[in-house]
Amino acid sequence: MIVRPHRATRRELLLASGVLFAWANMPRLALAEGRDPRFLVVILRGAMDGLAAVAPVGDPDWMRLRGDDALTLASTPAALPLDGFFALNPAMPNLHRLYQARQAAIVHAVASPYRERSHFDGQDVLESGFTRPGAADTGWLNRALASLPPAHPVDGRDAFAVGPITPLVARGPAPVLSWAPSRLQPASSDMTSRLLDLYHHTDPMLARALEERSALAAIARDGKGKSTAQTMQRPVGPYASVRAYFIEAALAAAKFMARPDGPRVGALAFDGWDTHANEGVAKGRLSSLLGALDGAIAALESGAGQAWKEMAVAVVTEFGRTARINGTEGTDHGTATVALLAGGAIKGGRVIADWPGVGEASLYQGRDLKPTIDLRAVMKGILRDHLRADEKVLANKVFPGSADIRPLDGLIV
Amino acid sequence: MALSQQAQAIIALNRFGFSPRSVPSLQFDARAALLAELDDPRTGQIDSGDLRSSGAAMRAVFEFRQERKAERMMLARDAAKSEKASAEMQPGAGEAAGAGAKSSSMRAAEDAAKPPQPKRGPGLPQQIYLAEAKARFDAALAADCGFVERLVWFWSNHFCVSADKGQVRPLCGAFEREAIRPHVRGKFADMLMAVETHPAMLLYLDNARSMGPDSVAGRRRNKGLNENLARETLELHTVGVRTGYSQADVTNFAKVITGWSITPPRRPDGGEFVFNPRLHEPGAQRVIGHVYAEPGMGQGRAVLLALAKNPATARHIATKLARHFVADESPPALVERLAACYRDTDGDLKELAKVLVTASEAWDAPRAKLRKPSEWLVNALRVLDLSPPDVRPLIQALNLLGEPLWRPPAPNGFSDDSNAWLDGIAERLDVANQMSRRAGVLTDPQEVAARTLGPLLSADTRQTLARAESRPQALALLLMSPELQRR
Repeated sequence: MIVRPHRATRRELLLASGVLFAWANMPRLALAEGRDPRFLVVILRGAMDGLAAVAPVGDPDWMRLRGDDALTLASTPAALPLDGFFALNPAMPNLHRLYQARQAAIVHAVASPYRERSHFDGQDVLESGFTRPGAADTGWLNRALASLPPAHPVDGRDAFAVGPITPLVARGPAPVLSWAPSRLQPASSDMTSRLLDLYHHTDPMLARALEERSALAAIARDGKGKSTAQTMQRPVGPYASVRAYFIEAALAAAKFMARPDGPRVGALAFDGWDTHANEGVAKGRLSSLLGALDGAIAALESGAGQAWKEMAVAVVTEFGRTARINGTEGTDHGTATVALLAGGAIKGGRVIADWPGVGEASLYQGRDLKPTIDLRAVMKGILRDHLRADEKVLANKVFPGSADIRPLDGLIV
Repeated sequence: MALSQQAQAIIALNRFGFSPRSVPSLQFDARAALLAELDDPRTGQIDSGDLRSSGAAMRAVFEFRQERKAERMMLARDAAKSEKASAEMQPGAGEAAGAGAKSSSMRAAEDAAKPPQPKRGPGLPQQIYLAEAKARFDAALAADCGFVERLVWFWSNHFCVSADKGQVRPLCGAFEREAIRPHVRGKFADMLMAVETHPAMLLYLDNARSMGPDSVAGRRRNKGLNENLARETLELHTVGVRTGYSQADVTNFAKVITGWSITPPRRPDGGEFVFNPRLHEPGAQRVIGHVYAEPGMGQGRAVLLALAKNPATARHIATKLARHFVADESPPALVERLAACYRDTDGDLKELAKVLVTASEAWDAPRAKLRKPSEWLVNALRVLDLSPPDVRPLIQALNLLGEPLWRPPAPNGFSDDSNAWLDGIAERLDVANQMSRRAGVLTDPQEVAARTLGPLLSADTRQTLARAESRPQALALLLMSPELQRR
């Protein structure tokens, strides 16, 4: 079989305007305990349908709600059983395997504090960590990192991002480096240094941007390259290249983060979850996207190697979708959804939910899954117990005004 | 230090259009030139030549897909036939054990003798996309100041559709030519109406199949609403997010525009906008405090007209125009004047453009805005005097720079904020490197810099160019200079 290096195509660029960033200082307090934790946030843009990913098959109202489109243990292909009440979309066998190995957990009926239905405001709240949109131009993950007492810097660098645009969650005081795989012959280092010299004299912002990207491209070249390309099979089918891109981005992230001198915290973003029409829960668009995400989770596990046991991955989205199917076999913007947690550091094998039910009377505003867990509680639980972030800082700076939202206990092994 | 009139003119041309082809004279009046371009009806239009209308494109793509399908079926049938034939031949031949091997080696020889299948070029949707892209690049490369083209780009991004939604790919260019360009100096309400009834938008935001739950078709087929277009029309196209509308307003508006659909592309009149009363939700609907009782299509038209008149729309548009052309933080006084102009002129986009180019803020603002990748790329081509015959490298460059043509990641389009594009600066260097190699060693960088930037060329940049190791390197550095990155 001919194995060719995979190249990004137009669809992948759409669906995975992937961003990977990380802060490269070791968290000192965690290190002092003899741990070396890794934390990766995966943002699904476009609002993932949580009920299609993890279905409440034990809820008597479930079939009534989604009818023939309801995912059940008897549908074809059948949903994968989790705890008797919930079942996982059959496109996610790897997440299921990790769940059974107690390395994955699902938080259901979860939502950020945002209660309107604009993607862009919703993503703003999800990523900024503030309670209302437009409140800040920095992200909670970055502010959390900036608040940690650092041990030694990693590889002399601070952070990195993949993709030409750095997402809000990664912006802030902790410096971010970013890198995008280039298909063009890169400019020579001589040219780069001449341009940097000019920018240093004339435009410090451009100087910083160029410096950071160039530094990262260098790491990426010796850190990635062959290994991912050679393990990649040639994509086949309409969503195969999307899957390949998700996997490639995840593998690159995991390998970076697994290096002894690599970054400890990062973020990735995958687009394409806005399934208004022909959602394809069992077969089609959403099924393919969930399959791609599942492949990415498996790639994180294999790419991290030994570091997987210290890894916590949180997959989150700006909000959920309508509980019912709309008039065009899709779902419109909704409220509560799921958060998927995976990694050796996650106390897995359970669905964490204060289940609101999906009967007519239980739906939020008569249309959406009602949120019963605040997503900030989940993130605060991980940041506190995994990275040893200070609880007060989490309440005031990372998620301002969230003192009433207690960190969720016991998420970390 | 006060800037000379000449320097100010160059700044203005860059801010509203593209770099001048040669340094304007000392007395050149840039304001007058920009206003004159706005008055010239030939600007902002694309001679459609061989380009298809959106309806024709949809019909042609439908036929193309039918043909491909038929071909695939034929091939499958042939393959099944020949397999069957060889399966029958082998056991029936009754020859020595070597026969099977012989026949298969013969087949291999036959295969080798066949000429290799010619590699298929891009399919029709992609061919149309490329032809439209070429026309768009050509228009921008040929423009004089480029102000009207930049306005087209602004509105096209404001009302974006995406080629990544399969059916929309062959329609993106036609959408811009049919719904944006004709109205770029007209009334906002007319552009709004043209956009929301265009097949590309109806497909992109899923309205084509939305139907009223109580419409004839909805009741029969137990199907219903898709609220995507209604929500984004409110949130992104008109009044803007957080301006007081509710979920009920979104749902009701979605009902209002049920039936705004497209004729099936298989028909001779296919691929065109149609109001289909069988899909339309009957009855009056309340949207943002007003009840609309008009029958049929008139109901949606009335809502769009009201949205166009809403003061929140005036403010939304004013803020975005100021942010795009002048400063990331839209100057409040300028926003005020633009919004007032919008209200006074009933959303006359030409009058808004005039306010922009005559505003003192637009002339005094520091050159802090980073050009978006598309602006920078086209400007770089103009500076180097390149007009590549093949559009594909330009498309690839925009992909790499994070602003793929007609392919925004979400319906809010590409960001107008400089910070969003800072991280792509290293990719720009790679693209600049590529382009300057193409410009070759015959182009004199100092001369290009002098005629493009005139008095704006900084001593630092001049020195950097002078010290470059080669002409291509100097050209790449010029394209990357803050003078050409920012405007």
